[in-house]
Amino acid sequence: MTVTKEAPPPVRRRDEDDRRGRRGWNFDSPLALTMLLLLVIASQGPIRGALSAPVMQSWMTVFVAVVVQALPFLVLGVLLSAVIAVFVPPAFFARALPKRPALAVPVAGMAGAVLPGCECASVPVAGALVRRGVTPAAALAFLLSAPAINPIVLTATAVAFPRNPEMVLARFAASLLVACAMGWLWQRLGRTDWLRPPDRPAHDGLGKGAAFWGSVRHDVMHAGGFLVLGAMAAATLKAVVPASWLHAAAGNPVVSVLALAVLAVLLSICSEADAFVVASLTQFSLTARLAFLVVGPMIDLKLFAMQVGTFGRGFAARFAPATFVLAVLVSVLTGAVLL
Amino acid sequence: MNRQAQAAVLFLVGAAVLHASVTDLYLRYVKAGLRPLLLAAGAVLIVTALATAWYEMREHRKASAGRSGDEHGHGPVSTETATDPGAHEPAHGPGPADGHGHGHREPRVSWLLVLPLLALILVAPPALGSYSAMRTGTALQAPFGYAELPAGDPVPLGLVDYAGRAAYDHGRSLGGRRVRITGFVALDSAGAPYLVRMALNCCAADAQPVKIGLSGRVPPVLRPDTWLEVTGRYTARRAKDPVNGGVIPYLEVSTAKPVPEPHDPYDESWNN
Repeated sequence: MTVTKEAPPPVRRRDEDDRRGRRGWNFDSPLALTMLLLLVIASQGPIRGALSAPVMQSWMTVFVAVVVQALPFLVLGVLLSAVIAVFVPPAFFARALPKRPALAVPVAGMAGAVLPGCECASVPVAGALVRRGVTPAAALAFLLSAPAINPIVLTATAVAFPRNPEMVLARFAASLLVACAMGWLWQRLGRTDWLRPPDRPAHDGLGKGAAFWGSVRHDVMHAGGFLVLGAMAAATLKAVVPASWLHAAAGNPVVSVLALAVLAVLLSICSEADAFVVASLTQFSLTARLAFLVVGPMIDLKLFAMQVGTFGRGFAARFAPATFVLAVLVSVLTGAVLL
Repeated sequence: MNRQAQAAVLFLVGAAVLHASVTDLYLRYVKAGLRPLLLAAGAVLIVTALATAWYEMREHRKASAGRSGDEHGHGPVSTETATDPGAHEPAHGPGPADGHGHGHREPRVSWLLVLPLLALILVAPPALGSYSAMRTGTALQAPFGYAELPAGDPVPLGLVDYAGRAAYDHGRSLGGRRVRITGFVALDSAGAPYLVRMALNCCAADAQPVKIGLSGRVPPVLRPDTWLEVTGRYTARRAKDPVNGGVIPYLEVSTAKPVPEPHDPYDESWNN
């Protein structure tokens, strides 16, 4: 702590804080928040007017919908990750997972099957696993497999493709394969300095309650901010890109696989719902639709933003493209064998 | 954003989510089944906000008690540093707190959480309407079977149900009876009227329209996004959706009257 001068009496100290705070970017944030809210409430008439165009309304609806839909799953993931960070001793994971990372990867990948929910829950949980000393390769396999192979998502897939039950098997196999392959790839090629070191205050000095709620607060604010960023991108694409572009792509088998894979990234639909959306794109081949189902839960705009937030930019910039390429390749292979 | 502001944002977001799920506002954005999860999430956010404020206050009191005992050696530190025993660097240090873990402020991206809050409280955008419906192809799929029609004349029928029977069963299961259907109006570029219901699986981002064309005694002036209750009979006429080539069956309208937007604007029959 800096020693500058004799401490002023408490009341003066607050003023001093405020004045210091407003210099530089470190302004006083509660004040800024109050000002912002007041300003927006005062000018809500013009704001509503500007937002009344149909394209803006549709943008806002999709934006709010993505955030509201993802929030419960984000909160679930954040609570789980706080439990892991505070109440589960690191020794537990050392015992639960095989010693050799090469074996720990598929075990962690299969463990993804028990996290019920969509991809928003898996990012904070995987982050907590890494901080708790789980080998990153295994945590990443978990990150990729959890949103795709849990029972809720597989049931939704079965319901969405009533005439093609093999889609469920193909989705399960391809997703698990990509998750394990990415885990092993990370183990061979990954470097720890790409992963951002744990970026939160150590909880060790605090009581368990304070540490738990501190972790929840940190994760919600942090991952939540990136969720909003991803939701904005997804809403923009949904509201602006005309659907007819897609239908031009359906004809060519190669283009159709790539088109649906890119669409999965751009749309950022929750993995519990993506099967219903892609099931209606009947002009695309089953393999192309499988690519959508495999790519979507592993990498999309919202997830990318959240990965940047949790693991750092250097990590996400390498991990996301590799996942995308591998997911597309494995989908095509699985499609050729199973569909 | 320091912890007091974070507590405020968490509290407001939690309260907004609770408000949306206690009223029917949430039905504009997500499926009805998500309500218990939304209530729980809102409650957790509010508890987190209260816990943050409580620990903040306690630390603050402890820190100022510590300071009054030892007036020297503590410069004017921000509440942030003073309340964080784990902090090892001054909050006004060079760390720009841009998400690289310097200092213990949350990165500026947290401020974005204010956006959905404002959107939900101030604007509360409407459920997806004719603009999205006409940009997206009809999502009508062949139904698995045709349940017995309910009693009544006219028969109250869901728009998606009617469209499925009309398009894939040539209206045989309708038995020539009059049906009553609710949906909102959408006009194509030529001004031809359609009655639409958005079908939803999870949230509005995956909502897709199911459209039926209106023929017969259609009201002369129709505004897009008006909700209508139409009564009519099956007609063999059908059209192709210009966006995706899907089937758009028609309904021969006998009467039409405007109705308020239903409780749940989306068709969720595909969820079951």
